[in-house]
Formats: sequence, structure tokens, C-alpha cells
Amino acid sequence: MLRIGQDVYDAIVAHARRDHPDEACGVVTGPAGSDRPVTFRPMLNAARSPTFFEFESGELLQLYRDVDDRDEDIVVIYHSHTATEAYPSRTDITFGSNSPESHWVLVSTRDPETVEFRSFRIVDGEVTEEPVEVANGKM
Amino acid sequence: MAIEVRIPTILRNYTGGEKSVEGNGETLGDLFTDLDSRHSGLRGRLVNDDGGLNRFVNVYLNDEDVRFLGGIETPVADGNVVTILPAVAGG
Repeated sequence: MLRIGQDVYDAIVAHARRDHPDEACGVVTGPAGSDRPVTFRPMLNAARSPTFFEFESGELLQLYRDVDDRDEDIVVIYHSHTATEAYPSRTDITFGSNSPESHWVLVSTRDPETVEFRSFRIVDGEVTEEPVEVANGKM
Repeated sequence: MAIEVRIPTILRNYTGGEKSVEGNGETLGDLFTDLDSRHSGLRGRLVNDDGGLNRFVNVYLNDEDVRFLGGIETPVADGNVVTILPAVAGG
């Protein structure tokens, strides 16, 4: 299960809406071993594409440095789908298998009126959806 | 002196859990071959069937993405630091 604060949840959805029709991406970090997504960190989509995303490589290096320095984990990796459902694509599954320790959050912005926010684990090419519990206030 | 190579969590099963290992070589490709002699299977996760860099990792030489240097042919030298990270991407 993914437990996430309302503020972080709202920030992810707002980022996805803002970058539509391109895919938005980013992470939420938290204390190592806590499984608590605390710090929202939007990332540049180097692909600037409606069908693909890739963390910009300089930002990716800085992200891992910061996470190490602060003794944090990348608790959530999120990105948006802008024309399809919030479910991992084949490409997501291939890349996602390299980050099995993170929750993979997908947001779909295909309908401006409806929020689709779902969370998955991707391990060895296997996708498992998990419930999302949105908590009031800060985590 | 040698070249320090920082290994991401996902590949530490090839290094006995070590976060950082050392190797030698004239180019990144040589370095990976050298590492593979002690950490069998690691090279296969870094290099694709065509001999180029695997799409699923980002490799940095002293903070510079090697895709913008010479890729697998990038020259390396004693004292350099090579950092390997999982690429975060999808569709």
C-alpha cells in the first residue's frame, strides 16, 4: 500500500496537469527505510514528449547525491500518461524493473475533470497494483 | 591508483553488496571488461549486444554523462570516478 499526504498527492497531480500534453515526471523522497513519501521533487522530462519520459541525466545524478547525503530513499517515482490510462506501459515495466524499491505512481491527464492516480510495484517485469491511501496533512 | 566505480543498489548483487569497486582500463569499455573478470555478469548489465552502452543505465565520468563524451569508447584514467545509476524513464 502507498500512504501519501494530501499535499504531496495534490502537488503530483498539479505537476501532471501543468505539463500536459507532455508527460510529467518526478519523485517523492523520504527517510531511508521509512516508506514515507515526504519531499516532493519534480524532475525535468528530458524527452519533453507526450509518449515518453526520461529524467534529465544531470538532475538524476544530483538526485542520487542528495538522497545519499540525507540518508533518504526514493519512495515514489511518478509520471503521467496524457492520453491513456494510469497503468504502466511496456516501456515503464522494462525501466521500472530497475527501481523495484520505489512505488511507481501513474497519473492520467486524459480527462481534465477526472483524477486518475494509481500506484504499482514493478519487480522483475511483474506489475502489482497497490491501494493508495491519502492522508490529511503532512506525512 | 585505479578507477573508482560506484555501483547502484540494483547491481550490487554482482559486487557482493559493495557500493564501490575499483578497476583499470584505457576506455570505459576496457574498464567494464576488467570489472567483469572479478564481478562476473556486471558487464552484461552495462553493455548491450551491439557493444554500446545499455539504455537502462546512466554512466557518468567525473559527473559528466558519458553519452555526451565518447560513450563506451570514452577514455578513462587513474583517479577518475565512474558513477553508474539506473536510468529512470518510461512511456
